[in-house]
Amino acid sequence: MTLLSVQNLTVRRGECPVVDAASFSIGPGECVGLIGPNGAGKTSLLRGALGLLPFEGTSSLAALPPRQRAAQAAWLPQTREIAWPMSVERIVALGRLPYLARGARLSPADQGAVDAALSRMGLQNFRTRLATALSGGEQARVLIARTLAQDTPLLMADEPIAGLDPAAQIATLQVFEALAQEGRAVLTSLHDLSLAGRYCTRLIMMGAGRIVADGPPDKILTAERLAEVFHLHANIVPTPHGPLVQPLGVIA
Amino acid sequence: MKLFIALTGLTGGMFLASLFVGYAAISVPEGLAALFGQGNPLHVTVMQDIRLPRTLLAAMIGVSLGLSGAAMQGFLRNPLAEPGLIGVSGSAALGAVIALQTGFAAAFFLALPITALGFAGVAVGLILLLAGPRGSSLTLILAGIAVSAFAAALTSLTLNLSPNPYAASEIMFWMMGSVANRAMSHVWLALPIMALGWLALAGLGRGLDALTLGEDAAEAMGISLSGLRVQLLFGTAAAVGAATAVAGAVGFVGLVVPHILRRFAHGRPSTLLWASALGGAAMLLAADLVTRLVLPERDLKLGVVMALIGAPLFLHLIYKTRREFA
Repeated sequence: MTLLSVQNLTVRRGECPVVDAASFSIGPGECVGLIGPNGAGKTSLLRGALGLLPFEGTSSLAALPPRQRAAQAAWLPQTREIAWPMSVERIVALGRLPYLARGARLSPADQGAVDAALSRMGLQNFRTRLATALSGGEQARVLIARTLAQDTPLLMADEPIAGLDPAAQIATLQVFEALAQEGRAVLTSLHDLSLAGRYCTRLIMMGAGRIVADGPPDKILTAERLAEVFHLHANIVPTPHGPLVQPLGVIA
Repeated sequence: MKLFIALTGLTGGMFLASLFVGYAAISVPEGLAALFGQGNPLHVTVMQDIRLPRTLLAAMIGVSLGLSGAAMQGFLRNPLAEPGLIGVSGSAALGAVIALQTGFAAAFFLALPITALGFAGVAVGLILLLAGPRGSSLTLILAGIAVSAFAAALTSLTLNLSPNPYAASEIMFWMMGSVANRAMSHVWLALPIMALGWLALAGLGRGLDALTLGEDAAEAMGISLSGLRVQLLFGTAAAVGAATAVAGAVGFVGLVVPHILRRFAHGRPSTLLWASALGGAAMLLAADLVTRLVLPERDLKLGVVMALIGAPLFLHLIYKTRREFA
């Protein structure tokens, strides 16, 4: 059983393919990290797989009708936007929107999902605060909680931990790890290679629009690949918590 | 719920005040009887042919402007958006001005509002053509600005070419906006079109709530952005086009009312939709009362009073809420 299956997905900006014939599939229990330098096509791959960008090839998610897709996968975009001064609880409750009939109120089950999402992200005490008055990192956690409230088998997140403090970064990735252990799946793009290596069960590495490597973190994070794809001279130290990547310099 | 009761009470109160306050001194029981065709025939004429259409129109236009203002702000995620932004009211005004200028307005009774509505329809077509089916909200704003600028230029040209100062001043006064001296036929012309617009706008709530998190997140939650946009354009054009066609341009309602009520609606765009509809009706009825109570002999225009009330109120609100949007 797979939660997402992508075959030969190509996304073009004009003529130029920014994602070039990407194929992969994700099953329950996986926490997949999508890594690659800026402009490698990570965001386009995620958005294309969701059907938010025009694409060639096939994606099991994009083939679903919109409401069904929303029940299958939650999406956390890179741009964090909270347009109106709403309370944290109301923002998180927006995650229940795909399940609500027009004009319906939250059922006790919906409220339960919202409460669970709030406590998972450690936001119980922020419930009634205005989300727009919070710090950038706190807003990011509110928006992650919103995707958790959507309570989907698959969570797709675009750089969810960028701008979070180290504890919040680890706490967020631990939530993702726990989701995978519950039998759900997570696909998230990340820039912190050590954290990716530690919390992800599998890494997909992208370079120039192509998937260059796909597998368990200790097989993917090698000095040669970092040099070739990231132009990075790095020290990779195997530890019991996964490979530790210490970038040393840039390869010109 | 408390908000709903308060706003319904306020709007209802304003509606009754608008019916029973005016130049002719008619007591409330007399007025009520006259409304149903009983009693003094003069009172019956005043109530049925003057005050009732005026009050109904003020309320309907208020609902249209408040509702479309809240929808427009929600869709563009910008508290400065207002229904006039997409150029529908400017185009409807242009149609009316041309009707007045060419004398077509006098051809038959509803010639002016019908021309204005036609122009509003053309504006929507132009915007859809310009902004394209998949464009972002930015292209929509830019298309709206282009259409309004063009309509304003053509309106000025019409004034410029006006044969005599009387025609020019008639046009100027019409453009200031008013619900005075309107008949029930105006109500019957505007109501079905407005009602269609209200239906379209009222159905936007879910989509606007989702858009709070941005276009990408909303689309991933199953909201069709292109569908939402067409529905918003159609609803605003019908509601605001019809309002401008029968009453001229009345500004500020669509901008100020959602802004005042946002905090009471807890920021939620879907709650704000109906709250602004009721609030818009209350505010327009109040402004129309002001035109009747202050300098009644000078025929103050509704649009002028609205802007005079609206602008300072808006400044005050910006001052109070600036921290929330910092």
